[in-house]
Amino acid sequence: MTVVETTYREAMRAALRDAMTRDERVFLMGEDVGRYGGCFAVSMGLLEEFGPERIRDTPLSESAFVGAGIGAAIGGMRPVVEVMTVNFSLLALDQILNNAATLLHMSGGQVAVPLVIRMTTGAGRQLAAQHSHSLEAFYAHIPGLRVLAPATLEDARGMLWPALLDPDPVILFEHGSLYAVSGPLEDAAPEVDITSAAIRRAGVDVTVVAWGGCLGKALAAAETLAAEGISAEVVDLRVLRPLDSATVLASVRRTHRAVVVDEGWRSGSLSAEVAARIAEEVFYDLDAPVERVCSAEVPVPYAKHLEDAALPQAETVAAACRRAVGAGG
Amino acid sequence: MGDFVMPSLGADMDEGTLLEWLVRPGEPVSAGQVVAVVDTAKSAVEVEAFESGVMGEQVVGPGTKVPVGAPLARILPAGAGAGVGAAAPEPAAPAPAAQPMAPVLAPRAEQPPRPAAAASAAPGPPAAAPLATPLVRHLAGELGVDLTAVRGTGPRGRILREDVEREALAAHEVAAPAGLGGELPAAAGRARAAATGIPVAVPAGVPAVTGIPAAVTATGTAVGERRARVSPYARRLAAELGVALGDLLPGPSGAVTAAEVRAGAQAPRAAAMTAAAAEVAPPAAPAAEEGPAPSATPGADGADPMRQAIARLMARSNREVPHYYLETTIELSEPLAWMHARNRELDVARRIVPAALVLRAVAQAAAKHPELNGFWVEDAFRPGEGVHLGVAISLRGGGIVAPAIHHADRLSTVELMGRLRDLVERARARRLRRTELADPTITVTNLGEQGVDLVHGVIHPPQVALVGVGRVLERPWAVDGMLGVRPVVRVTLAADHRATDGFVGSRFLTEVDRQLHTLEEP
Repeated sequence: MTVVETTYREAMRAALRDAMTRDERVFLMGEDVGRYGGCFAVSMGLLEEFGPERIRDTPLSESAFVGAGIGAAIGGMRPVVEVMTVNFSLLALDQILNNAATLLHMSGGQVAVPLVIRMTTGAGRQLAAQHSHSLEAFYAHIPGLRVLAPATLEDARGMLWPALLDPDPVILFEHGSLYAVSGPLEDAAPEVDITSAAIRRAGVDVTVVAWGGCLGKALAAAETLAAEGISAEVVDLRVLRPLDSATVLASVRRTHRAVVVDEGWRSGSLSAEVAARIAEEVFYDLDAPVERVCSAEVPVPYAKHLEDAALPQAETVAAACRRAVGAGG
Repeated sequence: MGDFVMPSLGADMDEGTLLEWLVRPGEPVSAGQVVAVVDTAKSAVEVEAFESGVMGEQVVGPGTKVPVGAPLARILPAGAGAGVGAAAPEPAAPAPAAQPMAPVLAPRAEQPPRPAAAASAAPGPPAAAPLATPLVRHLAGELGVDLTAVRGTGPRGRILREDVEREALAAHEVAAPAGLGGELPAAAGRARAAATGIPVAVPAGVPAVTGIPAAVTATGTAVGERRARVSPYARRLAAELGVALGDLLPGPSGAVTAAEVRAGAQAPRAAAMTAAAAEVAPPAAPAAEEGPAPSATPGADGADPMRQAIARLMARSNREVPHYYLETTIELSEPLAWMHARNRELDVARRIVPAALVLRAVAQAAAKHPELNGFWVEDAFRPGEGVHLGVAISLRGGGIVAPAIHHADRLSTVELMGRLRDLVERARARRLRRTELADPTITVTNLGEQGVDLVHGVIHPPQVALVGVGRVLERPWAVDGMLGVRPVVRVTLAADHRATDGFVGSRFLTEVDRQLHTLEEP
């Protein structure tokens, strides 16, 4: 086991390089992934390393290149398709929902689509509404997909390979604010389980459920609360579909209180799903109403102070936890 | 395990009438669970068990009046459940029959054990918390059904709406002697009417016992639970720990949560001690001394029982307690301005009246001067555990009660106002709880709204102080050499000279003044 200092971006790149080395059938395609090095510089240098056959720049047509990826997967390849942001992916939603997610079912189990689609999500970088939304819930709604949200270096490095091994289409949501995050990666090639949520911090007073870009905020809130004598357990949901409710529910059974943090809009959100499952399954263990911390129901603003105000923050998460444990705030 | 005895529900009570058993012989009982309803001279009160176990023989039937301390029933060790469950109905039956006053609410003990009783009495662990949704609990409260006695038919034994309705129906069939064993459908509508409090014709031959409205059943179980919001986990925990939810104050979130239940689990000892303290007091006023007719039927000599109770207590107070009196006039323009400003933000139902300002100030002052907050028992002062502010409430049709607002010093003015409103409503509906009657550590009597300027009160023994509040008046008032017209109130302290001297009393009144001028509020 080796410890390397790395960034989330480098961990993703290492995962791609590793997958392409392991399996000839793996290739990457998307807008600007080749010569430009990927719009978030994830694929920087891979063109030189693997050549234009395997690092393919595509025209600006999400529907076309996602559709091509589906065709390649059906044809026996293991494509990784990069869509710049989740906002743009809606142009390919028809391909993802009507083809990738449904073909196995509609073909009576004959046509699997082993495709991985990577896309960025989330706000916090002053990129304005059309580049900043968190639409994970749209995809987590669709049966037939596996939806992952790596929030740590380890998950960024370790989720791609098992995703490629999955015979079903897998969506990988990479939060835009995470690429530059750096830290030590304990194991250069960790094996990550892509079926269950992970407890990132143990606690006894309240369960905070978060994922992706909000995980760090939840952990920061837990740190603040610890200083006040409130012990928060932080669950990284990480698998958004099929949702691992067992881990969340077991935690709530221990702590009796839950706060769900979601960068998406509250109405119809993934936080709504998590809160509903808690109410369905562990109602009699609840000692307080479930709290939700979500984004303001507006298009994400450009101006920094407005953007900050619209998003869940460590302080708003901490305040929700205090309300849940009855400590005022 | 031992006897479940007639409790003392206040220093002025020396006997009580058992109105109703809420638990049948053979059923498990947990400490803090409400098991009976007792009528004192003042109010029908729910009484909790102080120990866990299984309800054994009920030696006193509904309608019977017994002195404080007389055994009402046996509570057996938990393990005895199975045996008692089978045997209990037999021995229990003769008891009510022997009573001259046949109760209109036929004793539940007479009925053959129903599946619910059998199920819970037989092998099961002691009283698992019944699972029921808030809505079903609400319904049970309305129908007067004790959820611990209902067998749930839903998933995981959850109690469903039908289960509660079935129980209400069954209870009614038992209560109405005619319908023994008959099939129910025809009676359904009737039972429903009964359960919702609409009077049902009482079959001839059953003497109507006055003062026991059919609705007593409804007040019996769920009154407390219906009012406070309780988290589902707290409810389960309370049942596990044997804590009575009705006695708990809501936490900062406005609901009773696990924290309050855990705190409450520590408290029963304390509550029991307070009750014991109250019980110690009455012997100082032996029944014999009150002259003949100790067990006289109410109204036998013309005076109504509440008047008699008040007469005894106040006579004792004046006879035994050396009072000293202090008075101060407090200028109120600032507090009233604060109140008016606050009221503009509050919806009509939550608005504050000046009495709440004074209550808060007294509670705060009592917390700072514990010498005035407690009891004179056995020639010694015993400080109260917490400030439980007694509030004198006059009842419609005469009489007065002074139930406690628990831990009043921890409440904001708005919260105190809410509690006051609730207490007045329930006092007038005669739905007070045992601890509210037994607990006050210092009492406030506010006659301001009646229009008097000043009240010199009589201490409610064994408490050692009583604060009197007069009317808010506009008076010429000098400030910094200038004369103006200001609202003022005259506040008095009547205190027990055995426990304190005027020096402490005057500091207390000064603190009341100071508190009125340091109005909080987040």
